[in-house]
Amino acid sequence: MDMEHDRAAIAAGSEESAAVREAIGSLQYIRETIERTERFSAIPGWGGVAMGIIAIVAAVIAGNTSTPAAWLSAWLLAAGLAVLVGVVTMILKARRTGTPMLIGAGRKFAMGLLPTLFVASVLTLVLFRADLYHLLPGLWLLMFGLATVTAGMWSVPVVPIMGICYMVLGMAAFVVPASWGDAMMAIGFGGLNILFGVVIGRWYGG
Amino acid sequence: MVDKSKRRSAPTSLSLARLDKLVHGRVRLGILSALAANETLRFNDLKKLLKATDGNLSVHARKLEEAGYIRCRKFFDDRTPATEYRITSSGREAFRSYLDQMESLIRSHRRQRP
Repeated sequence: MDMEHDRAAIAAGSEESAAVREAIGSLQYIRETIERTERFSAIPGWGGVAMGIIAIVAAVIAGNTSTPAAWLSAWLLAAGLAVLVGVVTMILKARRTGTPMLIGAGRKFAMGLLPTLFVASVLTLVLFRADLYHLLPGLWLLMFGLATVTAGMWSVPVVPIMGICYMVLGMAAFVVPASWGDAMMAIGFGGLNILFGVVIGRWYGG
Repeated sequence: MVDKSKRRSAPTSLSLARLDKLVHGRVRLGILSALAANETLRFNDLKKLLKATDGNLSVHARKLEEAGYIRCRKFFDDRTPATEYRITSSGREAFRSYLDQMESLIRSHRRQRP
């Protein structure tokens, strides 16, 4: 009688463990589903590395230009190319990881990024027309950092940290001699992108 | 020998039988989770999010809709038909109660462990 009772208890125990395993699995599934809509995790790490390399090449080219217009053109061309690489690799990562781009966190990420980048574009035009283009490296680093911190609130924690690094570098760019502008941009858009790109690529899904 | 106090309490609280089966299904649980975190979601967004097929998603969404857990709105977005879902208050209540049950299941299991 006692043995039968024990067997029933063991059976109940294993049923209970299965139920708890299932409960833990369900909670995990709920968390992952909500995170996929609340946290934009399609930031391209290896795409960031490619963007960093573009920036370093651009710094070398821009450093050898003879007029402010040629210098600005070199950087704007590099920015366009980097944006293209960033968007394409982001779409590819979003497809691979099943991250929705235009709902939930994806939309919030874009809305955090775009207004600041728009303001940076307007100020670029204003400062360049006022012959204050030597202030542009500081402005770009600071504004890109601000955009990354704001948008990064909807992404993995490493993204806002990257934004803070950009902002610190942007403030430093206003202090150092103007001739260091390209070097500061190479450190920021090149070095930081490569460094954080490797971190994201290695630990946050490519 | 199994402790008798454990034997007595085991099957009562730790049972999946009392769960809301409508919420417990994987795709339906995914739909409710996603809609609990987002005001509205379109059919295609849910499909991508849950990695479900058209047929599978529409069957489960209809079951939740029939139970009054979600509401569906069909409309045209630039001449393309679109379907948008939103969780109802009874759906949110059912989801919350499901979460409570899951939590209490795990909590009571942890309490009983030696």
